[in-house]
Amino acid sequence: MSTSAAPQASPQPAPGAARVRGRLDAVGYGICFLGIVRRELLRFVNQKERFFSALVRPLVWLFIFAAGFRNTLGLSITPPYETYVLYEVYVVPGLATMIQLFNGMQSSLSMVYDREVGSMRVLLTSPYPRWSLLFAKLAAGVVVSVIQAYVFLAIASFFETDIPWRGYLLALPAFLAAGLMLGAIGLFLSSLVRQLENFASVMNFVIFPMFFASSALYPLWRVNESSATLYWICQANPFTHAVELVRFALYGAFDPLAGAVVVGTGLAFFALAVVAYDPGRGLLARRGGPPGEGA
Amino acid sequence: MSAAEPPPALAVEGVSHRFGARAALDDVSLSLPQGRFVALLGPNGAGKTTLFSVVTRLYANQHGRVALFGHDLRREPSRALARLGVVFQARTLDTDLTVRQNLLYHAALHGIARRAAEARIAALLARVGLAERRDDRIRTLSGGQSRRIEIARALIHSPDLLLLDEPTVGLDLDARAGIVAVVRALVREEGLSVLWATHIFDEVETTDRVVVLHRGKVVARGLAGALSEPSGSLETSFRRITAEAGGEGGARRVA
Repeated sequence: MSTSAAPQASPQPAPGAARVRGRLDAVGYGICFLGIVRRELLRFVNQKERFFSALVRPLVWLFIFAAGFRNTLGLSITPPYETYVLYEVYVVPGLATMIQLFNGMQSSLSMVYDREVGSMRVLLTSPYPRWSLLFAKLAAGVVVSVIQAYVFLAIASFFETDIPWRGYLLALPAFLAAGLMLGAIGLFLSSLVRQLENFASVMNFVIFPMFFASSALYPLWRVNESSATLYWICQANPFTHAVELVRFALYGAFDPLAGAVVVGTGLAFFALAVVAYDPGRGLLARRGGPPGEGA
Repeated sequence: MSAAEPPPALAVEGVSHRFGARAALDDVSLSLPQGRFVALLGPNGAGKTTLFSVVTRLYANQHGRVALFGHDLRREPSRALARLGVVFQARTLDTDLTVRQNLLYHAALHGIARRAAEARIAALLARVGLAERRDDRIRTLSGGQSRRIEIARALIHSPDLLLLDEPTVGLDLDARAGIVAVVRALVREEGLSVLWATHIFDEVETTDRVVVLHRGKVVARGLAGALSEPSGSLETSFRRITAEAGGEGGARRVA
C-alpha cells in the first residue's frame, strides 16, 4: 500500500458543494439508463482485445471454414434467397448472430464478475426499480453486440455477401431483438452461475450446442435429410430463430415465426432473470452469504 | 420535518437473516440518530456484511423491519435508497476508467444529469483532497486514494446516511487516518449520519455510540467511553463481552 494518502481531510467546504439530488422520475431513469450504456461502451473501448477476438472468430469461420466447404456444400434456392447462393453468403447472417451469442454470454460473464468484485452491488444501490436496472444493463450489452455485428458485416461485404443496402438497415431491429434475447438468456444464466470459474461449463453446455444445433452453419432441410431428431432440436433452439430473423431481415424479408420465438423467448428469460435478481424471492440471497457469514 | 422528533437515520428492528441453516443475523435491532457517528464493532464473520447487504437491499430482510429516515425499505425502497450512500468492503471502482468516469457513472445511477454532476464531482474531489487526480485511471491510485474516491462516490447524490463496511481494511496507518478524518469531518460539518463497521478499535472515539455485533447478535451497545469503563480500554471490554456472549473463540481475529 502507498503512503501517499496522508490525512488532508476537508479543506474548506468547496464552492459548488451544494447538495445535488437525483430525480426519481422517468427523466432520472433516462439519465440512469444512458449512464449504464455509456459505462458499457467505455469498458468496451478499453478492452480492445475483447473486440478483436470477438471479430476474429467469425472471420476465421468465414474465410477458412466457409471457403473450404464452398465446393462441398451447394445450396439450392431457399427463402429468403432468390437464387443459388455460395456457402459464404449463406453463413454470414449466422456468423453475425454468433457474435451476439458470444457477446450475450460475455456480458453475463461480466455480470458474474461484477457480482464477485462488488460493482453489481453498486448498481443495485441505485434507487430505480431493479428490473429497470437489469434492463439497462441488458440493453447496454446489446448496443455493444450490434456495433460488433455491423463491423463484421462491413468486413464481410468485401467478399460478395450480396446483401442489399436496404438490408443493413432492416436488419437493425432484428439484431436488437436477437441481442436482447441472447442477452436475457445470459442474464438469467449469470444468476445461476455462482463463481466465475464455473463459466467454462456455460461455454460447453450453452454456447457450443446453441451454435452448432442451429441453422447458422447449414440449412435445416439439409439437417433433416440426415436426422429428423436433430432437425427438431434445431427447430426448438431459439438461436436458430435469431439467425433466421436476421437472415430474412438482411434480404428485406420477415419471418413471423422467428420474430415471435425471439421476442417471446427474450421476454420469458428476462422475466426469469428479474425474479432471480429480486432481493426477496431471488436466488441472489440463497447464493451463500459474504465470506465467513454465509452458509 | 414537522415532527418534534425526527425519525432515526437508520432503524433496524428485529432483523434476522439465515443462509440455509446458519443464522447470519439473529434478531438484530439498532437505531442510528440523525447526524451521529455510530460504530458497528464485530469480529470477522459477526454478520456486519450481511447486515449491510440487508440495509442496502441486496438481500430482502427475511424477518424484521428496516427503515431509513422513516421510509420502510420494503414499502418505499426508492425513497430509502435515494438517501443512502454506501462504501462497500470490496473495491468496487472500475480500474480501467478514470476517476471522473467512475463518478459520472454513479451520478447517472442516481439520475443526476452530467452538468450538475460535474460541479458536484469537483467539489467532492476537493473535499477528499484528490481534485488533481480527476482524469487519472483508478489503477494508478493507491489503496487509500481509491477508498477516498469511493467515499466521494458514495456522496455524489447527497445522501443523508453513509454506510461504510470496514473501509480501512488493508490500508496503512496514514491512509487509515486520512479516511477516518474525512468521514468525521462530514459528520461534524455537514450533519451526515454514519454507520461505520470495523474491528479496529482506534477508529472509535469515546463519544461515539457503539453497537457490538457477535455471531449475528447485538451483544452490547452504548457510548464507547461507557463500554470501555470497567477495563479502561475498549478492546479489553470488547474481548470480555464477546467471550461472555459466545464462549470459546468469541473474539478471535479481533486486532
